[in-house]
Amino acid sequence: MRRLTPYLLILPGGLWLLVFLIVPLVYMASVSTMEGDVVNGFAQTFNFAGYLDAFGAYQTQFLRSAVYGLAGTAIAIALAYPMAYWIAFKGGSRKSTYLLLVLLPFFVSFVLRTVSWKFLLADDGILFEPLKSIGVLPEDFRVLQTTVAVVGGLVYNYLPFMVLPIYVALERVDYRVVEAAYDLYASRVGAFTRIVLPLSLPGLFAGVLMTFVPMTADYVNAAILGGPDNTMIGNIIQQQYLVNNDYPVGAALSFTLMAVMLIGIFAYAKALGTQNVLEAAAR
Amino acid sequence: MTTNQAGVGAADAAAPVVSAVPAIELDGVVKEYPSHGEVVQAVKGVSLTIAEGEFFSLLGPSGCGKTTTMRMIAGFEDPSRGTVKLHGKDVTDVPPNKRDVNMVFQSYALFPHMNVWENVAFGLRRRKTPEAEIKRRVGEMLEIVDLTGKEKRRPREMSGGQQQRVALARALVNRPRALLLDEPLGALDLKLRQAMQTELKRIQREVGITFVYVTHDQSEALTMSDRIAVMNHGLVEQLAGPREIYERPATAFVAGFIGTSNLLSGQVERVDDGFAVLDLGECGQVLVAGAPQKAGERIEVTVRPEKITISTDRPNGRASAICGQVTDVAYLGTYNSYAVSLSTGVEVTVFQQNALDSSTTAERGDSVWLSWQPQHSYAIGS
Ligand SMILES: Nc1ncnc2c1ncn2[C@@H]1O[C@H](COP(=O)(O)OP(=O)(O)O)[C@@H](O)[C@H]1O
Ligand SMILES: [Mg+2]
Repeated sequence: MRRLTPYLLILPGGLWLLVFLIVPLVYMASVSTMEGDVVNGFAQTFNFAGYLDAFGAYQTQFLRSAVYGLAGTAIAIALAYPMAYWIAFKGGSRKSTYLLLVLLPFFVSFVLRTVSWKFLLADDGILFEPLKSIGVLPEDFRVLQTTVAVVGGLVYNYLPFMVLPIYVALERVDYRVVEAAYDLYASRVGAFTRIVLPLSLPGLFAGVLMTFVPMTADYVNAAILGGPDNTMIGNIIQQQYLVNNDYPVGAALSFTLMAVMLIGIFAYAKALGTQNVLEAAAR
Repeated sequence: MTTNQAGVGAADAAAPVVSAVPAIELDGVVKEYPSHGEVVQAVKGVSLTIAEGEFFSLLGPSGCGKTTTMRMIAGFEDPSRGTVKLHGKDVTDVPPNKRDVNMVFQSYALFPHMNVWENVAFGLRRRKTPEAEIKRRVGEMLEIVDLTGKEKRRPREMSGGQQQRVALARALVNRPRALLLDEPLGALDLKLRQAMQTELKRIQREVGITFVYVTHDQSEALTMSDRIAVMNHGLVEQLAGPREIYERPATAFVAGFIGTSNLLSGQVERVDDGFAVLDLGECGQVLVAGAPQKAGERIEVTVRPEKITISTDRPNGRASAICGQVTDVAYLGTYNSYAVSLSTGVEVTVFQQNALDSSTTAERGDSVWLSWQPQHSYAIGS
C-alpha cells in the first residue's frame, strides 16, 4: 500500500490531464491532416496542406506573434523585476498587501479588463480627448489599433505571472548573503549582478516561461486593442476554427505553434541554462 | 570607559605589544532604532579601544547589543551618535565595502550558488587582484583552514564545521586589518565548538590579525580572549583581561554572568590594617583587602565558590570566616557543590575538590565554617 501512495497521489491530476489534454491533443493531431467540411464531416487523408499554410500564408502572423511575445516579455521583466525586488526587500510587514494589489486585476475578467483598456485608449476617449483639445497631442495621434496598444495589453494582462515567480525567488534570498557581498568589497551594482540576480534566476526563468508562452499564443489583445495590421497567429487559429470552420487548418496551425514554441523554449533553457549564468556570476 | 589593563595573569601577559595606533576605536557610540513609535537604544554609549593584533571579545547575554556594536564597526549600521575609527581614520560615514575589515556572519552567509573556491576568491576578485595571486592566496588560505581538495564543493554539500571554515577563509584571505566574528561557533555542537576554539586561536596567531569576537558564552570568551568587554543593556560593564574579569568583577552583573559567584553585602564596621572589615559578630567576619571604603559604608563583596574552604571549627588566622548551615550537597564528579545558608538568610555556593579522605566532607544539616583569603573577596562598585 505504501508503495502505491505516490501513484495514488498523482492519479486524479493525471486522469484530468489525460482526459482534458492528451485525448483532445491526439484528436486534434489527427484532425490536422484531415479533409472535408463541417456539414459533410472530415475524413482522414493525411493531407499536410495546413502545415504548409503555416509557413506560407501565415508566416507574417507567426513572426509577429514571436516579436510581440518577445517584446512583451522584455517589457514585463523590466516592470516586474523592480516591483518584485521592492516588495521582497522593502515591503516590510505589508508584503502580502502589495502582492494582493499585484493580483487585484485577476479579480476582474480578462476580456472585461482588455475592453476597458479599449475605452481608455480610444482616439477620443477620456485619456486623449482632453489632451488633444488643449493641443498637447496632435489631432491624428492614436494608440488604439497599433502595436503599442497590443503589446501594452499583453504586458498588462500577464504582468502578475512575471512578478510572482520573481518575487518568490527574491523572497528566498537571505539578505545576510547580500551584506556579505558588501562586506567583501562588492559595490551595490556588483552585489546585485553577482548575488541577487543569479539567486533570483530560477524565478526569472519561470516568469519568462509563464508570460512568453501565453503572450505569443494570445488573441484577445490583438482582437480588442489591435487593428488589421496587428493580427497574431492566435487570431488566425481562432478565425479558422470559429469563423471558417476549417478545423484541419486550425489544428495544423496550433500544432505548428506548439512545436515552434517548444523548440524555442528548449533552446532558451539550453542557452540560458541557469548553470552557465551562475558560473558567469562567480567570476 | 577606560582601557583597564591593570589585570595581571597568564592570559594578560600573552597580550601582543600595543602599537601606537589602535586598530579600532569606538567613541560614545549610540544606536537607536524606532520601534512601535518609540525609540529603543540597542547600544547606549560604548567607547572602547582595540589594539592591533588583539583577540578582543564582546561578551554579554542575548539582546545586550553585541551584534549591533559589531555591525557599526563593519559599517552595516550607522551610529545614531558617536564615531568609529579604524586605524586612526574616522570611518563613521564609510560604507562596508570601503572598510578594511571583514566579517564572519553568525549564519556564515556563504554564497549558495558558488563553490568553495569562488566563495573564498570573491573579495580578492572585487579588488581586481591579479588572477595568479588569487590562485596562490586562495590555495594558501584553504590550506590554513584545512579545506584543500574541497574547492569544488557547494556550501550546502558541507557540514556546519566546514562551512564555518569557508566563512573564515573567505574573510581572512583578504588580509583585513581586523576580522569581526559574530558568534561564529554558535551553531556548532559542543565538541566541534571546542575544537574550533583552538583552531581559531591558532589561525589568529598565525595571521596576526586583530579579532573582534562576539559571544554570549563566557567560557569561550575567557579561554580565547586577550581582553573582554562585558556588555549588558547596551553598555560595557567591564573591560579587562579574562583573569581580572573573573577574579575582580567590576559589577554585580559581571560577577553573576561570569561563572558562579557569591554576593555578600554588609556594612563596613571598621578599616583595620588596610582591610575593610564586615563584622558578623559571633558568626565571623569578612575581610576585604585594599578597599578604599570608609567605616559605615554599605558594600557588596563577591567571592568565587572554589575559593572557599569548609571546616567544622572556626579557622585561626587572618582570613574571612563566616558560619552557616549546609542545606544541600551535590556530587559533581571532580568536586562537590555545597549550598550553605548563612544566619542572614543568604545562600552561599561552595565548590570543594573531592578530598581523598571523604570523612571530612560535610553533610546536609551540619553547622560549618566557611573561610577564604582576604584577597579572594572583592568589593564591587554599585
Ligand atoms: N533592526 C532593529 N530594529 C529594532 N531593534 C533592533 C534592531 N536590531 C537590534 N534591535 C534590538 O537591539 C537590541 C540589541 O540587539 P543585538 O545587538 O542583536 O543584541 P545581541 O547581538 O547582543 O544579542 C535588542 O533588544 C534588539 O531587539
Ligand atoms: Mg547577536
